[in-house]
Amino acid sequence: MARKIGKQTYQPENPPVIISTAAVVGPFEGQGPLQPYFDHIYTDMMAGERSFEAAEREMALNACWTCMNKAGKTPQEVDFFLAGDLLNQITTSAFSAVELAIPYLGIYGACSSSGEGLALATMLVDGGYANLVLAATSSHNATAERQYRYPTEYGSHRKPTTQWTVTGAGAALVAPGGTGDGPQITMFTVGKLVDLGIKDVQNVGAAMAPAAADTLVRHFADTGRSPGYYDLIVTGDLGKFGKDLTKKLAVSKGGFDLSDNYEDCGLILYDTEKQDVHAGASGCASSAVVVYGYLYRQLMEGQIRRLLMVPTGALHSPTSFQQGDNIPGIAHAISIEKP
Amino acid sequence: MARDPKKKKLTVDQKRYTELVRDTVPRPRYGKNALLAFFFGGLIALIGQGFIDFYRFTLDMDVKEAASPAVATMIFIAALLTGLGLFDKIARVAGAGVSVPVTGFANSLASAALEFKREGLVFGVGSKMFILAGSVITFGVVTAFVIGLIYAIFIF
Repeated sequence: MARKIGKQTYQPENPPVIISTAAVVGPFEGQGPLQPYFDHIYTDMMAGERSFEAAEREMALNACWTCMNKAGKTPQEVDFFLAGDLLNQITTSAFSAVELAIPYLGIYGACSSSGEGLALATMLVDGGYANLVLAATSSHNATAERQYRYPTEYGSHRKPTTQWTVTGAGAALVAPGGTGDGPQITMFTVGKLVDLGIKDVQNVGAAMAPAAADTLVRHFADTGRSPGYYDLIVTGDLGKFGKDLTKKLAVSKGGFDLSDNYEDCGLILYDTEKQDVHAGASGCASSAVVVYGYLYRQLMEGQIRRLLMVPTGALHSPTSFQQGDNIPGIAHAISIEKP
Repeated sequence: MARDPKKKKLTVDQKRYTELVRDTVPRPRYGKNALLAFFFGGLIALIGQGFIDFYRFTLDMDVKEAASPAVATMIFIAALLTGLGLFDKIARVAGAGVSVPVTGFANSLASAALEFKREGLVFGVGSKMFILAGSVITFGVVTAFVIGLIYAIFIF
């Protein structure tokens, strides 16, 4: 049986293994420093499709197929497909599930969906419900822009705190413990929603930072681990200022010093000096492509052995912020260790 | 009665965090943005004036008549730049300098029309084209009505 540790953390009895991952990105992400780690870089935002939505679907499917191909698996062998994205009614995920024909459970945690997927996959696999679970997320700059902000070609001034939605998709295949020597999911902490009164949609990093800090502090308190236990702690898409705020909050809320081994996927993905992304990356794909593309490789090669992945999400909608509601944030912590 | 979320009071934690955010996050550079907007806005006015003069001399119009084709030309150029994907790049630097004049209005229409083309002619381009410019028209009409009313009262 899996064990509950503390208030929000769970330890699987037989830690499930991430047997393969895949990350595909759009052209702009392909110009960034992580270029060698992606499985496919599209040369066109439309990915040869007739709409941006169809392009996002193509990317999500490509990531899923690549992920299964790498492990030599077919959709028939996969028990569950857990996927989420940013579009209304998570259509990218649902429409991908049509082609994959794997029993599908749609998930939504905004940009934290990758963590939600891994946590649920761990439960399904360790609980004996599944032998193989495919967890995927995707986002697309143009589809997110037009849903959350303005038409793509609309000329507007962006605040320094705005973030750039990542175009891309990531997928991971989770199998029961003992399958191969890949990195294992040894623990996960499911986060609570935290609302500290941020209303500015051009500063979602600040809206999510309290959730990231809350989950991190909870994870360390539950497990008795210190930040130093991990070789690397990465949050999903807090950006430059969200990262600073998380560091400050981790100290003030729990006394944890994150200055040595803490990074944010939204800052690793782009060359923030050369690429005009303001505060950094955002979107479901931010944590997915960085962890499934770059960090998974690092784990496999033994560059890092203990990774704490903390994808962060802002759970607002265009309607909720227009009506003046705050932006609540969420974060889940997934401890991934290479034996 | 349900309270307006916009007026809901912040808790102590929220207030403290709002202050922390204010100290951490840089403010937009209002001074620099305003200067750039002033410069680009002036530049656009200058170009517009150039077209007015051009039409005055080539088509032999007076200033009032030449204004209409000049505005149309500016709208055309803004819409063309939007289609070519250049307008949003200019606006990133120029800000309100290009979005306040008629060029901004043209951009808001053209960009929305481009964006929602995939949803079809009626529900996409037709109804979504004014998604940004709609409020300009609404408030323009309301303002015109109020001004007209004041004018009517004071003239007669």
